[in-house]
Amino acid sequence: MIRFEHVSKRYGESLILDDLNLEIATGEFTVLIGPSGCGKTTTLKTINRLIEPDKGKIFIDDQDISQIDKVKLRRSIGYVIQQIGLFPNMTVEQNISVVPKLLNYEKARCNKIVRELLALVDMPYEEYAHKYPSEMSGGQQQRIGVLRALAASPPIVLMDEPFGALDPMTRRILQDEVSKLQKKLNKTIVFVTHDMDEALNMADKIIFMNKGKIVQIAAPEEMLENPADDLIRSFMGKHSKDQEALPQTAADFMRSDIYSCYRNRGVREAIQQMARRKVDTLLVKNLDDTYAGTVSIKSIRNHGKDLKTIEPLITQENAVSYVDEDAQICFDKLLNGQDSYVVVLNHDGTIAGIVTKTSMAKSLADAVWGDSQ
Amino acid sequence: MTLDMIMSHLYLVLAAVALTIIIGVPLGILAYFYKSVRKIILWVVEVLQTMPALALLGIIMVFLGAGKATVVIGLLLYSLLPVVQNTYVGLSEVDPAIKEVAQGMGMTKLYRLWHVEMPIAFPLIFTGIRIAAVTSVGTAVFATFVGGGGLGSLIYRGIRVSNMTMIMSGTLALMVMAVGCDGIMSHIEKRLYRRFSPRKTI
Ligand SMILES: Nc1ncnc2c1ncn2[C@@H]1O[C@H](COP(=O)(O)OP(=O)(O)O)[C@@H](O)[C@H]1O
Ligand SMILES: [Mg+2]
Repeated sequence: MIRFEHVSKRYGESLILDDLNLEIATGEFTVLIGPSGCGKTTTLKTINRLIEPDKGKIFIDDQDISQIDKVKLRRSIGYVIQQIGLFPNMTVEQNISVVPKLLNYEKARCNKIVRELLALVDMPYEEYAHKYPSEMSGGQQQRIGVLRALAASPPIVLMDEPFGALDPMTRRILQDEVSKLQKKLNKTIVFVTHDMDEALNMADKIIFMNKGKIVQIAAPEEMLENPADDLIRSFMGKHSKDQEALPQTAADFMRSDIYSCYRNRGVREAIQQMARRKVDTLLVKNLDDTYAGTVSIKSIRNHGKDLKTIEPLITQENAVSYVDEDAQICFDKLLNGQDSYVVVLNHDGTIAGIVTKTSMAKSLADAVWGDSQ
Repeated sequence: MTLDMIMSHLYLVLAAVALTIIIGVPLGILAYFYKSVRKIILWVVEVLQTMPALALLGIIMVFLGAGKATVVIGLLLYSLLPVVQNTYVGLSEVDPAIKEVAQGMGMTKLYRLWHVEMPIAFPLIFTGIRIAAVTSVGTAVFATFVGGGGLGSLIYRGIRVSNMTMIMSGTLALMVMAVGCDGIMSHIEKRLYRRFSPRKTI
């Protein structure tokens, strides 16, 4: 267990940490979140004594850490940072072995640790152990960064925005890996981020900080339901249940990458366009770009062989909606009618897009789970 | 020109470079560790190098008399600058994130220096050593004036008796030595840099 008692830190005039009191239970995944400059990194670094508080005490398992030798303390706490900081002069194996070596583990034992850890993240020993950091991608490097922190089995691991510099895909994968590792190895992890997605995805408990103070400590679900103030609510953004702003109009659900053609086009041309786009109907425009109707491949097959243009085949039977029409009404037209889509028009009569069952489902999913990249 | 001359020239240079490393690298480390002595160390090595080599040798000769020791110490003082400076700069410029992680993982200051910072700074330090060595080959010509021997005596004698062949062969030998030394060390240096610089395979 880690416990902060009235911890404060000043740099000159400014109070960076303002009377922090908190408890982190053993085996818990705690996420420190808050706006940039709110003191997350400073808080984290007081735990391994890279920064000493001016006032207050920090206890690990009821032992005042200011009484423990710094170097010894740090060897018992894993540390991962955003810049990764693998030692470029060392191979993967050497990097992972740093703390075990500091603790005078035997060579064979170090090697065994490296093999076991690499296996945990599916990086074959033969392939990776002797690589230098510069030979690996950022994601692979940070995997090693995490393994290096775990090498001497520290009960506590500190992570300062460890995935902040990675692309969203890799970040997601590493989040899952770290979650799994944490459960499997039962570590106490203190994890700093400013990304609420990440916090919600990983945390058992979220500590929200602002201006050096703790604003709220809560489990993710609880913070979602009862954010303590507007700042937290804005951090929750699309996740917040209070603010659940579902898209309201037809425009919010439509896709606008649609194919259309002018009413004076030849039949052959229309068929080719349908074939190319793999669609069975075309939206047809008047020459002034206003919506004219639709033409289906079926009507072309039945009547169109002798016609020059598609003009006589245009029908206006397809369901139509306007961009600001209530999404509910638009859905009803789609779900209750025969058509496979609803044409959405701008007020000047031009085509804005179409709502299909797929685009509807996708927009709903985005609203519920957040934008997927 | 005798093989003897070439060997004695090489000997002077090697001895001076070895001493420069033994003294210069620790001075660079001291400058890196202790702010209080940093300015003085960097200033002194810089001043030493601005002195004319011949004058420097003359001053040392007053204390140590003529001979090889005077030459070696003169060359040493003269080549400290690139080694001390590159050691200091190389250590200072190690990525702060790497220093922080090393500290955060529980390395002591000396362990970190030896296992992380020195290896990372090494290519730059080596560059300093190369510069010192190549410069010393040329500067060692002055050895002849303080009784140190080497190729300088051949050239000097050539000048006195107006023997062009003597002057040219001495100069040529010097150039070959300098270029060879530079070439070999540059080659090693490139490999050192390559080892650390990103050779991304991704
Ligand atoms: N060494 C320092 N000297 C002065 N101010 C500092 C120092 N380190 C951090 N700060 C200030 O302390 C505040 C908190 O920093 P930090 O803990 O790094 O924030 P966070 O990690 O939440 O973005 C910032 O306003 C920062 O400018
Ligand atoms: Mg930070």
